[in-house]
Amino acid sequence: MTSAVDIAGCGAPDQSDALPAGIDLAKETVIGGTVRADDGPVGGAYVRLLDASGEFTAEVVTSPAGQFRFFAAPGHWTVRALSRAGSGELIVAADRGLNDVTIDVAAA
Amino acid sequence: MGRESVLVSADWAEKNLDTPGTVFVEVDEDTSAYDTGHIPGAVKLDWRKDLQDQVRRDFVNQQQFEALLSARGIANNDTVVLYGGNNNWFAAYAYWYFKLYGHGDVKLIDGGRKRWELDGRPLTTELPDRAPTQYSAKSPDNSIRAFRDEVVAAIGTKNLIDVRSPDEYAGRLLAPAHLPQEQAQRAGHVPTALSVPWSKAANEDGTFKSDEELTALYRAAGLDAGRSTIAYCRIGERSSHTWFVLHELLRHSDVKNYDGSWTEYGSLVGVPVAIGDEPGSAS
Repeated sequence: MTSAVDIAGCGAPDQSDALPAGIDLAKETVIGGTVRADDGPVGGAYVRLLDASGEFTAEVVTSPAGQFRFFAAPGHWTVRALSRAGSGELIVAADRGLNDVTIDVAAA
Repeated sequence: MGRESVLVSADWAEKNLDTPGTVFVEVDEDTSAYDTGHIPGAVKLDWRKDLQDQVRRDFVNQQQFEALLSARGIANNDTVVLYGGNNNWFAAYAYWYFKLYGHGDVKLIDGGRKRWELDGRPLTTELPDRAPTQYSAKSPDNSIRAFRDEVVAAIGTKNLIDVRSPDEYAGRLLAPAHLPQEQAQRAGHVPTALSVPWSKAANEDGTFKSDEELTALYRAAGLDAGRSTIAYCRIGERSSHTWFVLHELLRHSDVKNYDGSWTEYGSLVGVPVAIGDEPGSAS
């Protein structure tokens, strides 16, 4: 896997990677965390970031340990998870730096 | 020619895994997903390594494309069925690419890898064993590919569609939000471009919306049906998704994908750039 800061690409990096070198947390607004079901973390869940108007901004697939990460901007965001274990969502008021969240999913 | 000629359901795909003359191809930028499990029999194409020239910023050329498909055992008369992650972004890019080099029968699996996984359909780590072919590509069909000067000339005269997220369009973000935001190019959009995020054309499970919904979407956005259209995003794969919708599903006649997209346009010296949520003016 090449570095996530390679602008030639557009796919999501490995969601369990350490933050890439050169990421300045004084500038970046990182929204990251874990997707969980009753019996533990959910790997392979589809997590999407929706902006304040509810519009799709990005989507990643969680690591085997259920981890995900977005690079956003300060403000209100919705993080929504879709998986075979069910779905769930959370509204996040994000600031610069690391914003750590847990999304609980359950079958509808 | 309706959508069934270019788009197949996951169900159809599962029933046709062993159909002779049908080749399944997974296309992704990060091919680690393929390595952990793919549709049985599917060939892997790596968007970055296989489909991009490794020195210049451009596609592989006609001869390189022929060598690639020959080595992967894909023949000219095969039905190529593409799918991938990222809501089929890179699979749609490959679809456009196969069409650019003149492949006859190409289809996308509706919903791509996501729908397949959410359905719990079979995946395997077993690699396919296909005999090499003698693939013959046509010269590139640039009637579906836009270059930067055409984009500048299209300001105020053609439909320009920016398919990135609203925050990227307005210049508040410089990349999709799964990527770091420190980037070299300027922020904003091509003046007069309409903002129609690719995601509005897809359902949450990655499948395409109905023809009726899609027609209504672009009409409401202000797309002028009497004009030619150029779609762009950041590197040209999300706009391939929209190119597929407009050209292949809705059968608009003159639609081009600008694969240079914002990473090229936002780095050009002297071109106009609009910021904010409005398209902006041509002057």
